[in-house]
Amino acid sequence: MYPIVLLSVLGIVTLFLGFSKSKNILLPAVLLFLAIALAGNFFEWNKGPLLYFYDMFRVDNLTLAFNGIILASAFMIVAISGGFQDNAEAEPAEYYALMLFSLVGAIMMVGFEHLIMLFLGVEILSVAMYVLTGSNKRNLRSNEAALKYFLMGAFATGIMLFGMTLLYGATGSFKLNEIQAFVSTTQQAAPSYILYAGLLLLLIGMLFKVSAAPFHFWTPDVYEGAPTLFTTFMSTIVKTAGFAALYRLLSHSFTGVYSFWWLVIAIIAILTLVVGNIGATTQNSFKRMMAYSGISHAGYLLIALTALSKPTQNAIVFYSLAYSLSTIAAFGVLMLVSKEKTIEGQPDERYDAFNGLAQKNPLLAFVMTVAMLSLAGIPLTAGFWGKFFVFSSAADRGIIWVPAIAVLMSVVGIYYYFRVIIASYLKEGDIAEIRVAPFYKIVLILATFLTILFGLAPGLLEGIF
Amino acid sequence: MLTLLLILLPIVAGVITLLVGANLAKQVALVGALAELGLALFVWSQFDPSAGVQFGFKYHWLASAGISFAAGLDGISLVLVLLTAFLTPLIILSTFEHTYKNSAAFYSLILFMSAALVGVFTATDAFLFYLFFEAALIPVYFLAAVWGGENRLKVTFKFFIYTMFGSLFMLVALIYLYYQTPGTHTSEITAFYKLQLSAKSQGFIFWAFFVAFAIKMPLFPFHTWQPDTYTEAPTPATMLLSGIMLKMGVYGLIRLLLPIVPLGLQHYGMLAMILSVIGIIYGSIIAIQQRDMKRLIAYSSFAHVGLMAAGVFAASTNGLQGAMVQMLAHGINVVGLFFVIDIILSRTKTRSLDQLGGITQVAPQLSVYFMIILLGSVALPLTNGFVGEFLLLSSVFAFNGWLGAIAGLTIILGSVYMLRLFQMSMFGPKSKWVEGFQDLTFSEKAVLLPLIIMVFWIGIYPNTFLTISEPAVNQLLKLVVK
Repeated sequence: MYPIVLLSVLGIVTLFLGFSKSKNILLPAVLLFLAIALAGNFFEWNKGPLLYFYDMFRVDNLTLAFNGIILASAFMIVAISGGFQDNAEAEPAEYYALMLFSLVGAIMMVGFEHLIMLFLGVEILSVAMYVLTGSNKRNLRSNEAALKYFLMGAFATGIMLFGMTLLYGATGSFKLNEIQAFVSTTQQAAPSYILYAGLLLLLIGMLFKVSAAPFHFWTPDVYEGAPTLFTTFMSTIVKTAGFAALYRLLSHSFTGVYSFWWLVIAIIAILTLVVGNIGATTQNSFKRMMAYSGISHAGYLLIALTALSKPTQNAIVFYSLAYSLSTIAAFGVLMLVSKEKTIEGQPDERYDAFNGLAQKNPLLAFVMTVAMLSLAGIPLTAGFWGKFFVFSSAADRGIIWVPAIAVLMSVVGIYYYFRVIIASYLKEGDIAEIRVAPFYKIVLILATFLTILFGLAPGLLEGIF
Repeated sequence: MLTLLLILLPIVAGVITLLVGANLAKQVALVGALAELGLALFVWSQFDPSAGVQFGFKYHWLASAGISFAAGLDGISLVLVLLTAFLTPLIILSTFEHTYKNSAAFYSLILFMSAALVGVFTATDAFLFYLFFEAALIPVYFLAAVWGGENRLKVTFKFFIYTMFGSLFMLVALIYLYYQTPGTHTSEITAFYKLQLSAKSQGFIFWAFFVAFAIKMPLFPFHTWQPDTYTEAPTPATMLLSGIMLKMGVYGLIRLLLPIVPLGLQHYGMLAMILSVIGIIYGSIIAIQQRDMKRLIAYSSFAHVGLMAAGVFAASTNGLQGAMVQMLAHGINVVGLFFVIDIILSRTKTRSLDQLGGITQVAPQLSVYFMIILLGSVALPLTNGFVGEFLLLSSVFAFNGWLGAIAGLTIILGSVYMLRLFQMSMFGPKSKWVEGFQDLTFSEKAVLLPLIIMVFWIGIYPNTFLTISEPAVNQLLKLVVK
């Protein structure tokens, strides 16, 4: 609960800091704020489960673990933002404030105990993201992306709200535990089809937010059009929060009708994997490939949800963590490289931009390689164990065909992730030595180090929530 | 504990190699590899073949899930660890006449590779086995992709995706098996042996394992990556691939496939055997057609590994013991052959049989060494190839007379392509490419001499090695023939 209050207040403080003449204090201040929120988050560790706001918000170790991933990702993303100093038209204070506000939304999504809280969380997060997507205001693509994201997102929210209404009509409550009670008693005796309809609509709304197929069409354009920093934010924090919310929703309220929804999710998972992986193979732009790769990772996470077995919780937390670390590292390197290499004044975000990266920038090439290996799920990286836990949770339910298809798709994944590695190490190119700010370097090294650390010792997070 | 040392030593040596830089990399890597060999020999001297798994260690890795970091040595493992430890220093020494760009990385990758291989051969936990199985792929991929020939990018990419594809099937099978273990689940390989699986699920697992290992070896029809990769990779990487990495597949068949799914073997063993025998004949016939020496050896290796697989699928003492000794022999011979070809290539700048000829006249020493290794490879009695092929063929023959007879053709076809290779390169009129050909240098002899000593040792007294693995093989066969 502390991070919600802290981030709301500190977000407003950030807005006021924008009036200050000195632009240099903004970045350290925001980092400090995030560190405070992170500390506040773990202040409630092992104290839960606690309920706040008239039992609408729940704090337990799972909530805190997801919050930890979200806040730590935000910390790393802010640390590589470099204060937006290279862009004269940027409004750093507003961007940072919007990021802090959107984190409030993400945290509400993680810990909701009442559907209204979920709706508020989704909206707070989304509205901030719409604005940030369009923040490159002279750029046509950024504007297009924002508009597209906003229109589609608004529809998805509407559908989600409709679903909640139907659920309320069927069960007479917005509270997760009361819905659960209804589902496990009345629903069993006399099935209510309004409940099924409501659940499906709510799921569609949520699946849109995590960019699962067939609700993914906005993702490539929005990811590509948005400034890379906010793409990173979107692909890590929005996704983690979305899956935390989906997990809480399904595991706290709808275990009673598991036989109804598991196949729906399973088919969407397969579809998402196929669309994401096959789509990624045909891209020439690295950033667009990462968008499709984001779609495919949503597919893997959905497999864990499909099973909803004992290892699922650990699988989702671990996978989100591994995915966030690698994504931040990959986009971090992309930002440096595309700033260095430009085509007609626009940043070059194609695979070819990475040609010969290893020659003068061995560190960046290494960071990128580890990130790609982890996303591809090669052993000794965190990404491997993420996939392992996901497949395990399906196998624990006795579902084998879903992971079997997922395995085939992850081979496809190797193809497009390795294109970057091949470009950086094996192709000739003319990238000059790129100067990396110390903060930036620390974030990249930290992400790489943690990816390898969790790859060697996946048990580190075991049993803490 | 000694097993852990065996795995860690090459890693440490690799890191040191990377740190000392290009000038000393060769020497440091060689010292590291020799230290590993010394350690392996020491382990051998302490080893008791009848005592099962020894020198083991076990650390909890994912404690609540029963997954541990556990490895140990039994006879089957030890033979392959000895092979790895013996070949690695020779492979490093074989590069002394060359200079590779960025050599610190080059040599450290070789050492990392050898650590992963030792890991595969010693792991007693199924997931650890999988992990090393995959980890071995990464160093050799980079070795081939960075230092390889013209077409390397395309070829190595195919190789990587192909083999990765296979091993992911193994991962699914392992996860399935893991969830079949009783209680809180465990991933110890011996626990998998005790499972009572239905014939249907055994069938699925049989094919999942088969695809994974058949791609690695490779067996027909999964071999299409192999000739290109062997040809394009730099010779040390080819040696690693054919001399040691190929044995991971055979080892996997012995360690996982046979004992875990005996019913699957009963059902599908015949089919797998037929595929292996097709590979023997098919590989040999293509080898006869080759003009490129490296490609010729690649296909011969494909044919030989088919015979090893056939022996394993026969699931008899002769078959498994034959496969064990043949793995040693093939590792030694193929490294020797690739090295000789590399010597010829570096002197004449060509690998084409059409352009070579008459090397005997200028390099008598090379011809003698080449001849001995070649005769080992065609399984002449008193050389190492004979023992293995004899045991393997007798086991295939006992399994099915017709298949045995067809597989037996390998001896004839093998002599055809090998002797043709020798004849066209070494005899005949001296070709213009051979002008100014230097005979062997000291470091080249230092590589070839240990190899031919082993050719004769295994040929004349194979019991030294057969006795190491015999108790373990018999133990394992009890699980197969329940």
